[in-house]
Amino acid sequence: MTEQTTRLVLPSHIEAVADGAAAATDFVQNCGVGEEAAFGIDMAVREAITNAMVHGNKEDETKTVELTLNCLGGALEIEVKDQGEGFDPASVPDPTEPPNILKTSGRGIFLMRTFMDDVQWSTRPEGGTTVRMVKKF
Amino acid sequence: MAELNIRERQAGDVTVLDMDGRITIGEGSVALRSAIRRLLEEGKKNILLNLAGVGYIDSSGIGELVSSFTAINKEGGQLKLLSLTQKLQDLLTITKLLTVFDAYETEADALSNFK
Repeated sequence: MTEQTTRLVLPSHIEAVADGAAAATDFVQNCGVGEEAAFGIDMAVREAITNAMVHGNKEDETKTVELTLNCLGGALEIEVKDQGEGFDPASVPDPTEPPNILKTSGRGIFLMRTFMDDVQWSTRPEGGTTVRMVKKF
Repeated sequence: MAELNIRERQAGDVTVLDMDGRITIGEGSVALRSAIRRLLEEGKKNILLNLAGVGYIDSSGIGELVSSFTAINKEGGQLKLLSLTQKLQDLLTITKLLTVFDAYETEADALSNFK
């Protein structure tokens, strides 16, 4: 598979999560990713987009979420950018710790880290947060 | 077609919800929340979620299952899960929710474990 890239700009409303995930699913298939890894990638993409829209952009429809998918031959790189104020991922408690198991939220980042090989957050100088996720296959 | 279709039936004093589709942020999660709220308002507190037709759930959907579990327990009822797909079982295992949820492979087994 030759290297290729797809970029998608999504409005910050929940219905658009499915649009981003569908685009990612098509891209992942063309990239040659197996079914098992594809399931986890789909989940990580959905969680990253949801976080960007809900926690990053606070569902402000004047703000967008940018999804970039890179097929690098043996690895898939995904970037999700929001226009929010940023956050400290270390401040998010482990949802599998006993006091947190019955919390109704806070599992998105855990699932992203579970299904991807590497997940990193950064704050862009011009504002906004970028999460970069890599899955080797 | 709706993201999540829910059919309700009664098995003794247990209400079974046969679910088909996806429980994800937005429509799917809202549909589950509405169904559970309505049942509790009707005094139906023993609820079995048949998840055989649910092939996908995200963190919002998992949160909705937890919310349902907590709301039903608070009312003195019980929530049990039936026929988890392998992927759903894997998700509930890694999130450690299978340590708190009661999940069964057969409906007869699930129904016999309601008190």
